[in-house]
This record gives sequence, C-alpha cells and structure tokens, in this order.
Amino acid sequence: LDSLLPLPEAAFHILLSLAEEDRHGYAVIQDVTFRTGGRLKLGAGTLYRSIHRMLEQGLIAEKARRPAAELDDERRIYYRITSLGKRAADAEARRLAELVRLARASGFARGRA
Amino acid sequence: MKLYRALLYLYPAGFRSEYGEEMCEVFANRLCRAPWPAAAALWIDAVVDVLRNALSIHGELLRQDLQYAARSMRRAPGFALTVILVAALGVGATTAVFTVTDHVLIRPLPFADSGRLVKLWEDRPGYRRMELSPPNYRDWKSMSTSFEKLGTYIPIPANLVSQGEPERIEGAALSAELLGLLGIPPVIGRYFAPGDDRENAALTMVLSYGLWQRRFGGDASILGSRLLLDGMPYVVIGVMPRGFYFPGRDAEFWRTIRLGPEDFDDRNNNTLQVVGRLRRGVSLAQAREEMRIVTARLARAYPAENANTGATVNLLRDELSQQTRLLLWALLGAAVCVLLIACSNLAGLLLARALVRRKELALRTSLGAGRERLVRQLLTESLVLAGLGGLAGVAAAYAALPLLMRLVPLSLPIAQPSIDPRVLVFAALATAATGLGFGVLPAVRVSRLATAGNLREAFDERGGGRKQRLRAALVVAEVAASVVLLASTGLLIRALWRLQGVDPGFRAEGVVTLRTALPVPKYERTARREQFYAQVLSQVRALPGVSEAAYISFLPMVMRGGIWPVSVGGQPRSRTESNTASLRFVTPQFFATMRIPLRAGRDVSESDTDEGLQAAVVSESFVRRYWPGQNPLGRQFQFAFRERTIVGVVGDIKVRGLEMRSEPQVYLPYKQVPDGGLWFYAPKDLAIRAGGDAGALLPAVRRIIRSADPEQPVSNARLLEEIVEADTAPRRLQVRVLGAFAAIAFLLAGLGIHGLVSFAVSQRTQEIGVRVALGARPGDVFAMVLRNGVFLTAAGVAIGLSLALAVGRTMEGLLAGIKPWDAVALTAAAGAAAVLGIVSACAPAWRAVSIDPIQAIRAE
Repeated sequence: LDSLLPLPEAAFHILLSLAEEDRHGYAVIQDVTFRTGGRLKLGAGTLYRSIHRMLEQGLIAEKARRPAAELDDERRIYYRITSLGKRAADAEARRLAELVRLARASGFARGRA
Repeated sequence: MKLYRALLYLYPAGFRSEYGEEMCEVFANRLCRAPWPAAAALWIDAVVDVLRNALSIHGELLRQDLQYAARSMRRAPGFALTVILVAALGVGATTAVFTVTDHVLIRPLPFADSGRLVKLWEDRPGYRRMELSPPNYRDWKSMSTSFEKLGTYIPIPANLVSQGEPERIEGAALSAELLGLLGIPPVIGRYFAPGDDRENAALTMVLSYGLWQRRFGGDASILGSRLLLDGMPYVVIGVMPRGFYFPGRDAEFWRTIRLGPEDFDDRNNNTLQVVGRLRRGVSLAQAREEMRIVTARLARAYPAENANTGATVNLLRDELSQQTRLLLWALLGAAVCVLLIACSNLAGLLLARALVRRKELALRTSLGAGRERLVRQLLTESLVLAGLGGLAGVAAAYAALPLLMRLVPLSLPIAQPSIDPRVLVFAALATAATGLGFGVLPAVRVSRLATAGNLREAFDERGGGRKQRLRAALVVAEVAASVVLLASTGLLIRALWRLQGVDPGFRAEGVVTLRTALPVPKYERTARREQFYAQVLSQVRALPGVSEAAYISFLPMVMRGGIWPVSVGGQPRSRTESNTASLRFVTPQFFATMRIPLRAGRDVSESDTDEGLQAAVVSESFVRRYWPGQNPLGRQFQFAFRERTIVGVVGDIKVRGLEMRSEPQVYLPYKQVPDGGLWFYAPKDLAIRAGGDAGALLPAVRRIIRSADPEQPVSNARLLEEIVEADTAPRRLQVRVLGAFAAIAFLLAGLGIHGLVSFAVSQRTQEIGVRVALGARPGDVFAMVLRNGVFLTAAGVAIGLSLALAVGRTMEGLLAGIKPWDAVALTAAAGAAAVLGIVSACAPAWRAVSIDPIQAIRAE
C-alpha cells in the first residue's frame, strides 16, 4: 500500500468520486468538476490514463453488472472502487491531514477553515 | 470527431482499443455542450491532454520494455554480448568508412561557395591534366569570360629559419588573387593584395594556423615580423584560420608567386596549377565549351607548342583521382555488405532466441498482451541491443579513423575527418536500421506464432519449417556476401603481389636517402652548389661502410613529374605522349649507388662542365624509341633548351612508381644545370649506399651537412626501401581494410551456418534418434547433417561468385591489370567459403552422431 502513496491528484479525485457511487468515465469527470467547484477539469486523456494505471494497481475495477438498459448507454463501462482503493484513499487522506497539521504548526494556513 | 479519433492514434494501439471509444464519447459529450468560443478552447485542451498523456503512456511502456530487456539480457549475457558485438562490427565498419567517404567525396570543400571553384589543366596528348605554362595561363585568363577570377599557384616547400632549428616546410607560391578567390578570410592580418605578386613588390607571406601555433605559439605580434624563407626575409602579413588547407593538407605557408617577363617566353614550361571561380550563372559545361574555343584559337596562334593543347576544366571537388574515388566507394560497399551480413546474422540469432523464449512469449500472450504489444517489446529489446552495439561501433570507428585516413591522399584541402554530429546522425541511423532490420522479422514472426493460440502447434513442424527457410535464406545471403568480399580482397591481394613483383630497375636495399633542398637565391649560382655537393659527397664517401654516394634532382617515386619534350633532328617541340622523357641532373656515381646497370658508354663525370660537351646518359627505352638497333653513343637530341649528346646508356627505372608506365629517362651532369635557371632541377636528393645498417649513418651525415652549411635543413631522411614500400603502401592498406571486412563477414557467415545447422539438429533430435534406432550408421547421420550446411554454402558460393564478377568489373581500375575473373582469387574465395561451410556444420554434425536414440525417443 505504501508504494502507492502519494496518490496523484487525479487518482485521488477519481477514488473519491467512485467511493460515492459506481460511475462511468464521463460521470467521473463531471463529478470531479462539480466537487472541486470547476477548479479541476479532467481531460479524457488524463482520466483514462489514470484509470488504466489504477486498474493495473487494483485500486479500482471494471464493474461487471450494469444499470438497467434504459438508463445506460451500452458503450459505457462503469468503474467501482476496490477495498484496496478505499484503503489507499483513506491512507492518502490521512497523509494529507498530517501534512496540513504540520503546516499549521508552523504557522501556515491558520486563518482559514 | 474524426480529427479527435485521428489524434488518438498517438496512443499505443492497446490503450486505444481499450479506451478509444470512451474517450471519443467523453469528448463528444463535452463538445456538444460547449458554445463556439469555448469549443475552440476545448480543442486546444484536448490536443494538449492527448499529447501529454500519450507521451507518458509511451514512456511508461518504454520503461517496462527497457526493464524487460535488461532482465532478459542479464538472463542470457552470452547472447546479448554476441548481438552487441555483431552489431558493433556492422555499425562500426559502416560509420568509419562513411566518415572518410563523406569528408572526401560528399561534403563541399571548405571554401566559400565552393561549388563554383574549378581546376584548369592543359590537355595534351598522353597527359589529360598538365600544369599550364605561364604564357598559356596569361592568355587563358585574358581570353576567357567564364571565370570571375583565375589564380595560379605552385606548391613549393621552403627552408624556414627563425628561432630554433632550420626546418623544411611545405607551402605554396600563389598569385595575389588566389586566397581571395577561395573566399576564406584570414584569422589575423590580411592576405595578399593585388600587386603583392609584382616582381619588385616587398616579400610577404601568410602563415597557416598550424605553423603559427606550432612555431610561434599563436602570438599575434608575429604580424609584421620577418622570417627567413630559403634565406630571403619575408614579412608575415596574415594567418589563415584553423581548418584552412590549400593546396594540400601539408601546406604550412603561402607566399606570392613572381613571374618575370622571361617566364612568359616558353609555352612548354608547364609549371602553373590554376584554380578558377566560375562566374555566377555559368555552368561547368559552358566554361568547358568556352575554353575549347580559347584553346583552339591559341593552337592556331602558336602551332609549334600549342597544336594539340586543349583545356581540362574540372570542379575542384572532382579533382580527386579516380582510384581514390573508386576505392572509397568500394570500401563503402564493403562496409554496407558487412552491415547487411551483421543484420541478417542478428536476425537469425534473434529468431533462434525467440524460439527458445517461445514459452515465455506465449505465456505473456495468454496473459493478455496483444500482438502489437509483443512486437513492440521485442523491437525495443533489439533496438537496445543495437543501440549498445552502435555505441561500441562508434567507439571502434573512432579508433579506426587514423588508419582509414591514410587512404586519403595528402593532396586534398580538407581537415582530418572527425566524428561530428553529421557522422553521429549517420551512425544512429545505421544503428536504428540495424535494430529494426534484425528485429522486425523475428518479432513479427514470433508474435504471429505466439498469438496463434495453441502453443504446441505454433512451434511444431509447420511454423518451425517456415522459419527454417527464412533463416536458410539469410545464411545463403551471408555466405554470398562474404564470398563477394573475399573475392574482392583476393583480387586486390593479387594486384598487390603483381606490383610487388615489379622490378623498379634499381636495388633499394642498403641505401639511405635524404633531401637538402638548396635555397635560391643563396644557391642560385651553379658553382656555389657544386662547392656544397663536393664537400658533402667527399666526406660522406669517406664514412666507414659507405660504398657509393650521389646526388640527383629527385629520387624515383618521390617526384614523378619533371617531364620534358624531346626532339630529334628539329622535329616540333610540342609535347605528345610519345616524345617526352623525364629530366634529372645527377652527380657521378648515381647509377652505381642505385645499382642501375650501365649498358653502354660511361657515367656522367666531374669533367662534364657547362663549357664542355652537353652530355646525357639516357635509359634503354629512350634508345629503343629513337635509334632502335643502332649505336646510340654520340647521337644528339634537343632537350631542356639545349642540344645534348648521348655518352652513356643505363637500364630503365620506374620513375612514376611500380604501377604506372614511366617515360624514358634522361640524366644530365650536375655541373650543366644552367646558371640561374632550372634551379627546380638542381640536385637535392642524396642517396648513400652503405650495406648493412645504412640508417645508422644518418647522424654522421647530418653532422657533415651542418658543417657544410649550418643553415641548411635536412628533410625526408629515410631508406630507399621505405620509398619503394611507400609506393605500394596505399594498396597494402586497402588490402588490410578490405581484408578486415572480409574476415568479419567470413566469421559472421560461419557463425550463421553453425547456428542454423545446430538449430536444425536440435529440432530433429527425435527424428535422428529414430533413424539411429532403425539402424542408420553414424556416417549416414553425419553426412545427412553435413549436407545441410554444404547445401547452404554451395548456394551462397554460386550467388556470391556471380556477384563477385560484377563487383570485380566495377573495381577493375584498382586491379593493376588483374582481371576480375582471375581464377586464383575466385577459387580461393570459393574454397574458403566451402571449407567454412563444412567446418561450421561439423560441430553440430558430431552432436547429431552422438545422439543417444533411447533418450531422444523417450524425450518425446
């Protein structure tokens, strides 16, 4: 698990998005854009490169079962987060929190949040 | 959308087929929601996004493949090393030869706009390229319009006296416009201005960068100082930049040429080399046509001398001798041959290796690696191997350059070639071609088989048989190419032998030679020179061990020119092929020193002074030409401005070297060099016969010369044997280089045959086991396997021999009269290849014989 950290930003966001519900690629992009208030718009290339690597690393998996046909475009592949993915996201969040704690102790970012 | 789809081709195929559709959809989704200006931004984003990610995915794959390649190299270091070595041989040979060929034949000469520079010669019967006489130079210059400028030069070495030892240095006397015509500005100071070459102008000189650094430490204050050249003070006015060479690589200084009115009297005094710059827009053909008209007019005006004189106009670039050109192309061909053999050999190696690794590859396929992925990985591996080989090859080429450079005549105005970016690009291309050349075929083949599904079926007879044919074809090609190289080398060796067997007409053993070029005007007077010769010769002859010693204008094979027209009984003085002879002034004892046989009459003597009879000793061919079957003694002929009387006849010598036809020789007594004239011919080469270790005499001889004239430098001290050897040195070098290529090719072809037959034996182990079990004798098995190798060799030899004939015909100019179908060379090449085929097949054949039938069948 440690070898996966730190997660690339895109991968972290994809994990967060998939943790909420299983999504297909375009839905992930939209979710990430919404979640970050438009700050991060993943390009198709970045998204699928990340997905490709995360599949290899076992952080996510392609979902075998699809939503009902009328809701779904047949070309879409849905992705789900794996338990390893959950642990990785969790570890990454802790890592970031620890970083923020250290930064605050040194007098950074005190005013906000 | 099509555009976006096209963009996706930047991704590896595997990635594209996996995600391409999805990506298109995502992009389409975005695009249809964006209004026009945002759509443009979206496109830009998409392009950047695709580029960045595609690159990083390729990088990732590359990293994987490189790791994989490193791992498989570690697993089979012997194989990796073989491949790297073979690739290094191929790339190294090609790179080294390309470097030299590129510098000598392809690159423009290092002068401004050098494509317009031409060399002009008088074209006379028997001499297509003869120096111009001053009056013809003057007339060509004033009558032609094709040239922006014409300039002339004479390569003349000089004795340089400044700080330190007096030194003999090469250089040239130039007309004032010549350096400007070449268009390279001096690095400091100036070059000659119009008028600097007038008869009474101050004496000025320009130094080469090399001489400036070597002798004067690159000190700019050299400008304006005076140096003694041949005893005359010359003011240094400039230094040419590094890399400027003219007329040859060895020239270290330039001074102005001085032509007085008397120089323009004689149209047979062919001394001037002429360089011109074509006017813009004038083609070479136009210039040639104009010069044809100009020379025709001059022929009418001066029929006595110019009757048969035309003009030869060549681009300066093309002045290289046909032989050098041919040689370099031949070497390039040989190098490419080696590269091709290396490639086909490597392809064979890789095919065999891929078969060994078939399980691993099939496993990867079954784990989902696509065929394209597999090809890519195998190619990366072969490119890595080729790359390492290429690096080693460039290093080898670098090491081999000094040797190859000796193939290039000093007379070229180009710098020593170096491995520069251009050459590196070539080497990289050669390496990539090698990597792809030997990588693609096996990769495609193997991946096809590996993805064919059934592992067993894939590598059993059907697939194996096809590959065998492919490898067999590669091996046949290797054998053929090595036969071509062997035969070519054989032809060159035969040519060399023939030349080494040629009798030069003198005995070179035990003679040491050196040059004391007496400078003019210090030694302008004949009497002054005689004094010098007398002192030096009498003391040298008194040295212990010395039997004879003599001076001559130029030793044979050192200076090949000095050819003058002969006329007998008032025939015209115009030069033709059949009325010229070489002119040399000699002191008594020259013929004895050189062991040139005296056939009739006497040697020149001390009593042959300028006041007496104008005596001449001529060679036998001279007599054969003018007075065949008659007594030549006492006969008279006109030669070098005077009426000469034959007093002796000697054997012919090869003045022009072993390879060329030499003109008859005329030797004149040294005391009859006209006072103040023909000083170029004043004796300067000293030959001393001492038997035993003649070289050991040199210190004593140098002391004698220093005591005669402390300012007189001694140059070119060497054995006469070395001079004769130097005459065939380029050929020996040629044979060595081509021989090295042939040896490499030969070894590689042997490796190829051995590898293929070994593989065949390992494939047929069971079959052979069954045969033995059914009663086949060892001899039968041995013969069966051997037949395999012999068949390949025979096919290769047959193809190779017919190619060798064609190649031999194109290089006939290098063969010194040996015919391309020379039986000795061709038989030797074919024989060597046959032996190679049998020997290479023997080891696997023995292995086949020793197969234990029980085990072989049980293994099934």
